[in-house]
Amino acid sequence: MNAHKTGTGSAYFIVKETERPRQHLLSVLVDNQPGVLARVIGLFSGRGYNIESLTVSETSHEKHLSRITIVSSGTEHVLEQIKKQLERTVPVHRVVDLTLLSEERGYDKPLERELALVKVAGKGNDRVEAMRLADAFRAQVIDASTEHFTFEITGRISKIEQFIAIMEPLGLVEVCRTGVAAVGRGPTGM
Amino acid sequence: MSEKQEMSGAEMVIRALAENSVDTVFGYPGGAVLPIYDEIFQQEEIRHILVRHEQGAGHAAEGYARSTGKPGVVLVTSGPGATNMVTALQDALMDSVPLVCLTGQVPTPLIGSDAFQEADTVGITRPCTKHNWLVRSVEELPLVIHEAFYVATNGRPGPVLIDIPKDVQFAMGTYIPKSQFKHTSYVPRVNGELNQIQEAVELMANARKPIIYSGGGVINSGKEASHLLRELVSITNFPITSTLMGLGAYPASGDNWLGMLGMHGTYEANWAMHDCDVMVCIGARFDDRITGRIDGFSPNSKKIHIDIDPSSINKNVRVDVPIIGDVAHVLEDMVRLWRAHATKPDKAAMDAWWAQIGEWRDRKCLDYKISKDVIMPQYAIERLYELTKDRDAYITTEVGQHQMWAAQFYQFDEPNRWMTSGGLGTMGYGLPAALGVQIAHPDALVIDIAGDASVLMNMQEMSCATQFEAPIKIFIMNNQYMGMVRQWQQLLHGNRLSHSYTEALPDFVKLAEAYGAVGIRAEKPGELDDAIMEMIEVDKPVIFDCRVANLANCFPMIPSGKAHNEMLLPEDASDEAVATAIDEKGKQLV
Repeated sequence: MNAHKTGTGSAYFIVKETERPRQHLLSVLVDNQPGVLARVIGLFSGRGYNIESLTVSETSHEKHLSRITIVSSGTEHVLEQIKKQLERTVPVHRVVDLTLLSEERGYDKPLERELALVKVAGKGNDRVEAMRLADAFRAQVIDASTEHFTFEITGRISKIEQFIAIMEPLGLVEVCRTGVAAVGRGPTGM
Repeated sequence: MSEKQEMSGAEMVIRALAENSVDTVFGYPGGAVLPIYDEIFQQEEIRHILVRHEQGAGHAAEGYARSTGKPGVVLVTSGPGATNMVTALQDALMDSVPLVCLTGQVPTPLIGSDAFQEADTVGITRPCTKHNWLVRSVEELPLVIHEAFYVATNGRPGPVLIDIPKDVQFAMGTYIPKSQFKHTSYVPRVNGELNQIQEAVELMANARKPIIYSGGGVINSGKEASHLLRELVSITNFPITSTLMGLGAYPASGDNWLGMLGMHGTYEANWAMHDCDVMVCIGARFDDRITGRIDGFSPNSKKIHIDIDPSSINKNVRVDVPIIGDVAHVLEDMVRLWRAHATKPDKAAMDAWWAQIGEWRDRKCLDYKISKDVIMPQYAIERLYELTKDRDAYITTEVGQHQMWAAQFYQFDEPNRWMTSGGLGTMGYGLPAALGVQIAHPDALVIDIAGDASVLMNMQEMSCATQFEAPIKIFIMNNQYMGMVRQWQQLLHGNRLSHSYTEALPDFVKLAEAYGAVGIRAEKPGELDDAIMEMIEVDKPVIFDCRVANLANCFPMIPSGKAHNEMLLPEDASDEAVATAIDEKGKQLV
């Protein structure tokens, strides 16, 4: 009867998602043991969740704990699942949805920073313009020749995106970004 | 066992297994586990059951685990040994079966060099285990084994895997006893939040059309959970249904039993789920075979969900009162709070609800036409049940129509008597699972209700059954088809029976004899009882070739994309109707 609705003979019923996805920042505290990153990434790919940015580094050497910061997007329901799935992973100690935490604590958004290295090559006016804009964005020159600049820029994702977009017509050669590091606002930790 | 603490990694494995109360290991030797096999040879504490294929070891360990409540243990070699375990690990993951799998690995210096029988075992098994470890030094080996048993059995049970390189098995180190192990990051909560349980009791006390929907979590929680579930049903007088995995937690002979729910569940169970106003889900996970069409699933009920795994809450269905905790712990509180609660459900409303359920029961949704000439598959299971019900039998199944008929027609009154592959739906599960059950319960009657297609997937384990004198009974409902595949092709694909007919089945009686077992065949309803009795009496493994009606289909059924109140009953889709008028009928049915 409804075969035409379910496609060719599906044994499954699929409900279309109507809710709009939101972007969230997650902080995950894990044991720094081999394979822990593969476990987290595998969870995301295996269950069809998005990773838009991911950073990881050991933050407590004596306890061998690493902090993973993930930018993911999904509906409220999916984000709740992501958090619970991460929490039940054996080497995971804590998961905090920094976006939700900020809202609960009455702040706008969590503090987020990203670092990018941006190489721009060019001569004449383009070169002068690139330097002038870099100053405006407080980007540092960390390498230069008569034909190029390499800038180091730190800031929120939106600032980095904007800087890269502006450099595009001025001879952008390549970009490397670290991904987002984030903490919640206020005096308390995760 | 000597008290010395200096020993090889291989010795540590045996010592740690014994310390974790392991008496049986299912396995298959190979190059990368020979040091451990050498230790097995020199001790008598742990019994090793030699299977014929590693997947068989996995399912046997699952059968052992689910019939005893203890973790099952598997020992296999690197490479193909490990990859052959993948199906069993995923099966155990989906059905929450505690399993500890030890795999050999090539020596540490060779890892990554594409050495002989090397595979990235922890990489391959990461998504199909609860957790896994590659042991990098002999010092960490005992702690990893203790942790593995802790993780497999605590919280929601599941499979874990320990990959042990051969050089680690040879290396000498200091054994660390279990008493010195403590886990830090993984500490699941077992007690439910009391005010949540109070809120649930409040909802239940004001219910007019309540239902309890229980699942495998009740059985995993232990015998006490089943006792408490029975007590809860008796003090509330709520009707109860169960998932495939939860059969036996509440007795099928109990007054409040509605039968199994879901795709092939009973009419009364599914309608009661659809029409209820308060649903108490206990240790089940709103699987898609249970809910049917999600947006039509029990649309007017408040839902209470008890689960030890927080990720099960709100995964498929939004619930109103989530309770995170172990079923037995939560039910203990719930029973106590219910007894103390001042008000109880409105008697008139409950009477009306039971009267409504009575009407649904009167539809007799499991009725089928008995034939004098051919054995109807439903009849075969009914007779099997009647002739074995006083023998405290353990039943395993393969996957397909026979599995659903077994769930519908075999009546389970106790937990841990029913072993079936629910989540993964693994054909070939039942025979090795029966073997594992029989090893755990040597004197029990253990029957694998099988299909002719599934059973061939792990038939080789008959050889193991003969070797270890495990008198398992393989009751094949032989219709020469992959019946469930055919049923779906009839319903969904215009009766084009693409490769669902097995043209060349073996002679199962001769096959039994070839394995040193006993073969029995029944072709007519009149000879069935005697043949079943013969099967029970024989003190040897038996393959029973029960020739059943070839084209019988499994009803009732919720067709795909339908809700609980849109079930298909046998009278709407009789076997003849499906077999003869499928083109028109089939389209309507789907």
